[in-house]
Amino acid sequence: MESEKRPLPVVTTVILGILIAIGLAVAIFRYIHGLGAATNLSDGRPWGLWISFDLYCGVALAAGGFVLTGTVYIFNMKRYYPIVRSAVLTAFLGYLMVIVALLVDLGQPWRIWHPVIYWNPHSPLFEVGWCVFLYTAVLALEFSPNVFERFNMKTPLSVIRAIQIPLVIAGIVLSTLHQSSLGSILLMFPESLHPLWFTPILPVQFFLSAVAVGLAVVIFEMSLSDKGLGHHVDQGILAGLGSAIPYVLGLYVVVKIGDLLVGGKLGLIFTSGIYSVLFLLEFVGGAIVPLILFALPSVRQSRTATFWSALLVILGLVLNRFDVSWFALAPRLGTTYFPHPMEFAISIAIVSSGILAYILATRYLPAIQSIKKQPEAG
Amino acid sequence: MSVGMLIDLTKCIGCRGCQIACKQWNELPAEKTHNRGSYENPPKLSDKTWTYITFHEIADGSRVTWVFAKDGCRHCLEPSCASACIVGALHKRPDGAVVYNAHKCIGCRYCEMACPFGIPAFQWEKPVPYIQKCTFCEDRLDQGEEPACAKTCPTGAIEFGERNDLLQTAHARMKERPDKYVNHIYGEKEVGGTSVMYLSSVPFNKLGFPTYGPEPLPRYAHIAMNAVPPTIGVVTVLMGGVYWIIKRRDKMMSQETDGVTEPTEKEG
Ligand code: SF4
Ligand code: SF4
Repeated sequence: MESEKRPLPVVTTVILGILIAIGLAVAIFRYIHGLGAATNLSDGRPWGLWISFDLYCGVALAAGGFVLTGTVYIFNMKRYYPIVRSAVLTAFLGYLMVIVALLVDLGQPWRIWHPVIYWNPHSPLFEVGWCVFLYTAVLALEFSPNVFERFNMKTPLSVIRAIQIPLVIAGIVLSTLHQSSLGSILLMFPESLHPLWFTPILPVQFFLSAVAVGLAVVIFEMSLSDKGLGHHVDQGILAGLGSAIPYVLGLYVVVKIGDLLVGGKLGLIFTSGIYSVLFLLEFVGGAIVPLILFALPSVRQSRTATFWSALLVILGLVLNRFDVSWFALAPRLGTTYFPHPMEFAISIAIVSSGILAYILATRYLPAIQSIKKQPEAG
Repeated sequence: MSVGMLIDLTKCIGCRGCQIACKQWNELPAEKTHNRGSYENPPKLSDKTWTYITFHEIADGSRVTWVFAKDGCRHCLEPSCASACIVGALHKRPDGAVVYNAHKCIGCRYCEMACPFGIPAFQWEKPVPYIQKCTFCEDRLDQGEEPACAKTCPTGAIEFGERNDLLQTAHARMKERPDKYVNHIYGEKEVGGTSVMYLSSVPFNKLGFPTYGPEPLPRYAHIAMNAVPPTIGVVTVLMGGVYWIIKRRDKMMSQETDGVTEPTEKEG
């Protein structure tokens, strides 16, 4: 491999290593003493930070993978080919991080495979479980050429190339199901989720916002690795991705407003106290404003403006996922919850290991960043 | 056949015999509590307490009266916990009892989130935790016995029987003494009906009973889950179709422009 060897960013690596070590220690404590000792969760609030952040945000933020593979391989927009590999890497790491988080959060993580043999097709969580499982496998296959190329393994490479299109389509189908099924989970809470957020079409809203944030995450990541890892991507490519965002967010906004209108709940936007504030922050700040920004050519031409607008979309989505899975979800009577420091330590460690894995992968699997302009035939 | 319990709060004297009988029969440990200035003890349901009596002081004109209510699993006719459970560990038996299969449970706690009455409890202190909740004394039902709580109740406030029979009894009782009972059988219709039903002399919302409509709560999730197979079909066909059409178009475009000297908009 003749690629330029860049040194590992030492300070960053050491800091990440320390954070991961702290998380590991906490995880051991949690496995020995149980969830009650390591978290502030209780019967009144059985899901907390790990579900809201690591699962709900994690899955949505990994949406860049299916959005980009679809763009490049199905819609055949070859100009985005140079970034599809890092998008797949991010999604793959994202899903691995989700699984690690579940291994900490589940009461009996050694039974995480149980949904494979014990079925409850009525349960949205059953669908989520299968999608995590299958889509992670698809992502592993989509990512595998990077490894095969590195070690010059011709046969497996040609096998993957041969099934590339079915693989991409499977990835899109599974992602569509998975992104929306995280919304379906909440359909079990019609009485406890605040009416500003509860709607039977939550799965549709989840899917649309995931596509928008998928695009935003790719922009964000490309801008960052541009600075941090010297992986230069044309502004034209980022602008192109950005130009799709107004359409997706536009649809999201229309669906959401329309749904509130039909439900006769528009007034709630202004009369729900703290919930109004949360709603306006995520909806205006995280959807309507970036929609307008990305519609402006001057924003899309500026690298900085594109970056910050993408960040707005991401923050809006994160707040939305926190709202629906925590802030706007009523706990059992008399329960309060704020995450235990150990809960933060675990989430921070998981994110750190994701970043570290990204740095290592982009360094040791050079093909990820190869700005080749042509996809290989086939 | 569908089992049920009719709990007549006007007959309950707050002796908590049911609470103790439940602990004895199910071999549940005691809980260490402290005086909260209330007879109510322990303060809430937990993995160690599957049923308990709540104490309410109700101001009635110049008098204050005590009303006691038994909290615990309602054994819903359409249980949210069972719909939610990822592995089907919680499920409804043909006789109506909602029970738990411990060897399937993965500890995701979705059942706790989904139950509209806040019933399933988790063993937070254990490294190998399970969900705990009232089983309607399924082992006693299997022997043709009534649940331990109903058996113990000295005043007959807890009546065990066929749900339909109990409903008739309840209606008859309300009709006979309209002055005594509010005109509401809690659990007859709530969330699609529950096997455990209540009669009371004061409105149920004053006793902390949540107000629910007659629709089963899992209905939206069921609609979404039924949409999964068609979604798979539609997205697959759509993506396959788009791929085929775009590939064809690109091929035709490159053929058309083959002989032409004009620069083509070749982006890739
Ligand atoms: S009351 Fe809760 S735990 Fe009991 S059957 Fe209904 S949903 Fe399940
Ligand atoms: S905690 Fe156990 S019983 Fe409850 S939903 Fe999860 S797997 Fe089912």
